[in-house]
Amino acid sequence: MSKEFLMGNEAIALGAMAAGVKVVAGYPGTPSTEVLETIAKRNDGSIYVEWSINEKAGLEVAAGAAYAGARSLVTMKQVGLNVASDPLMCLEYIGVKGGMVVMVADDPGPISSQTEQDTRTQAFFSKLPLFDPSSVQEAYEMMIEAFDFSEKYGTPVFFRSTTRVCHGYASIDVKDPSEYHKYEVEGFVKDSSKWVIFPRLSLQNHAKIVERNITLSDVFSEYERNFIIPESSREHRKGIATHGISYCYTMENLDEGNMLRTFRVATPHPFPEKKALEFLEGLDEVLCIEELDPVIEKELIFICGKYNLKTKILGKMTGNIKTAGENSVESVGAAINVFLGKETGKAPENDAPALPVRPPVLCAGCPHRASFYAVKEAMKGKKTLYCGDIGCYTLGNAKPLDMVDTCLCMGAGINIAQGIGHLEPDTNCFAFVGDSTFFASGITGVINAFYNQANMTLIVLDNSTTAMTGHQPHPGTGKTMMGEIVSKVSIEKILRAIGLETVETVDPLKLNEAIAKVKEVAAKPGVKAIIFKSPCVAIIKPTGKNIIDPEKCTNCKSCIKKLGCPAIILKDGRAAIDETLCTGCGICSDVCPFGAICGGESNE
Amino acid sequence: MSKNIILCGVGGQGTVLASKLLSAASMAKGLPVKSAETIGMAQRGGSVTSHIRIGEGAYSPLIPMGKADVIIAFEPAEAVRMLPYLKKDGVIIVNSRPVMPVTAALGGSDYNGTEMTEYLSKKVGSLTVVDSDKACEELGSSKIINVLLLGAAISRCDIGLLKEDIRSAIGRIVPEKFHSLNFRALDYLG
Repeated sequence: MSKEFLMGNEAIALGAMAAGVKVVAGYPGTPSTEVLETIAKRNDGSIYVEWSINEKAGLEVAAGAAYAGARSLVTMKQVGLNVASDPLMCLEYIGVKGGMVVMVADDPGPISSQTEQDTRTQAFFSKLPLFDPSSVQEAYEMMIEAFDFSEKYGTPVFFRSTTRVCHGYASIDVKDPSEYHKYEVEGFVKDSSKWVIFPRLSLQNHAKIVERNITLSDVFSEYERNFIIPESSREHRKGIATHGISYCYTMENLDEGNMLRTFRVATPHPFPEKKALEFLEGLDEVLCIEELDPVIEKELIFICGKYNLKTKILGKMTGNIKTAGENSVESVGAAINVFLGKETGKAPENDAPALPVRPPVLCAGCPHRASFYAVKEAMKGKKTLYCGDIGCYTLGNAKPLDMVDTCLCMGAGINIAQGIGHLEPDTNCFAFVGDSTFFASGITGVINAFYNQANMTLIVLDNSTTAMTGHQPHPGTGKTMMGEIVSKVSIEKILRAIGLETVETVDPLKLNEAIAKVKEVAAKPGVKAIIFKSPCVAIIKPTGKNIIDPEKCTNCKSCIKKLGCPAIILKDGRAAIDETLCTGCGICSDVCPFGAICGGESNE
Repeated sequence: MSKNIILCGVGGQGTVLASKLLSAASMAKGLPVKSAETIGMAQRGGSVTSHIRIGEGAYSPLIPMGKADVIIAFEPAEAVRMLPYLKKDGVIIVNSRPVMPVTAALGGSDYNGTEMTEYLSKKVGSLTVVDSDKACEELGSSKIINVLLLGAAISRCDIGLLKEDIRSAIGRIVPEKFHSLNFRALDYLG
């Protein structure tokens, strides 16, 4: 054992390594990304690690490894689980030989996601057991236990965590590599009656899964992570049921002199019914403090009905806990006060001056800004539709660019553009997609467009990385998580192979050429594509800094109004370049009507 | 002993390294540490905060409102934004240099930070305003605001750590060629 200061995701990674994981796959997504990255970084070469092209591929790779008897892990964020749902739902009917953990990071808030979906609800739907830790230390230990349960019961299990645990840090105890679980992998043993899914097998296994989950409910009632505190709480009439980070917020509001009987649920599925009965005994009222769905609340209502208990269950469905967004120490404290009939102190009056709003924006020097501006300029005065997608370039929606009319989920923009285009043949339909998103789920959309005779322009924003999640490699980068240099998959060749006749690769930072090219390509019929290729500004050295010539500048502020670059600021009422941010991309010198901005100091 | 420290600023200012140095220094002293940081979308020019809780007794990695012993703010408006977290008699160390958001430039606002520092001086008994432009110029680097502010915090209040603790954390975490620059920044404000 030794002490390490770890992020929750690092602890989850080390837990998997201590459990003897041999194959790890995943797709980047906040707040899950660091799990796979940590394993890759600490890998001594004995673990196979990959960034898969999407979550479905990752889950299938991990399933294959578990079929062969290895312990495997797949990581993703909550919306990634939607992509992986098809193999996951089926896999539960087949089961696994080696332990397999599906690590999913949920994002209450949501802080950086499209939805506030709750993987605990997905656990009920898919019938998988689920582990839900409250702290970094617990995340580490429960990861090891999750592998044990998975292997013992022959089922993949969910390990579900939320942003505040994934991205919280703590100094925790971890095992030394000599203490890691060691075993021999048997290999895949052919048996088509076990590994080939057919309706008859599904029927048989369905019944077994239901039976197993009844058993697991009893097992989980004895699992020490589902606990009731304090031990001597027989006289209590009111209790709290909670989970995950909300348990920590609850404890911040309770102390020895002010303790309520508290049930911490670490495995909401299968729900530890016997433990819940022990908790409910003698209680008049229970407040369920949860984030996302009212999972524990519904289970307790069900148990009260089943056993004819009079206990009143309060929570999201009674308006005691907010139904959306994340909890906080303060929101939980206020809910507990209402529950106990206490007054909550009034918040002090806010007399602070108006604070500047800081929405996330494209970085100074980001090539996406140039790409969006080029399309906007080229299409001036025309009827247009700009379908966006998931990635840094979603930020192209911000003013003044205002170049994202729709955004739904990974890869959706390409197909949405087709749907609108079929109804509005006079609209110039564009779909913007990033390089990593193109590989993850964009290719099928392009084939659909080409086959079904759509009229649209595909814009691939190729910045040679997966930027938003922290610069992960993908098939177009020619690097793998095992450190190999491999053949790059060419987006241009894929598009040509589909059948597209017009596929132009353009440097967006050469703004005037880019504008001309967009005009030319957009005028052609059918499906055509422009690949705007320029690396993410965060992975290259800046070329220099631009300066504004005060003699030529008329203070028209066109640069600010057209580009919205964070490096162009107002100083004493005049446009000025913030040299700590400017990278010298130079597109502001192209948009300045007076030629007042030019390359200043160069790094070359 | 238990200390709650909030670091706040704008994405890209270096709050994460400052948080790492505080945590590493506490770990080296054998103190339990919990922390939480803004990661992801908010990093792109958005407000960022780190919560650091040193010592026993903390459950949540996030500091409850009104419980921060000290706020180390890399930007004046961000200090005002986090003010509800400061405990009564808490300390604020604030950098006077404003970071103007794109929205302010677009809206024609001439936000310059002075109204924020003026407001803080009315509200906070123990306020230290640091002129980082001057310090960066004299130290010859714009990348040392984090260590500069940490140095100021340790000089002005008890966070349970000494400059020596931060110095050895810098020695372990920061690349060697930047050591002397960071040591000078740490001691710059006395």
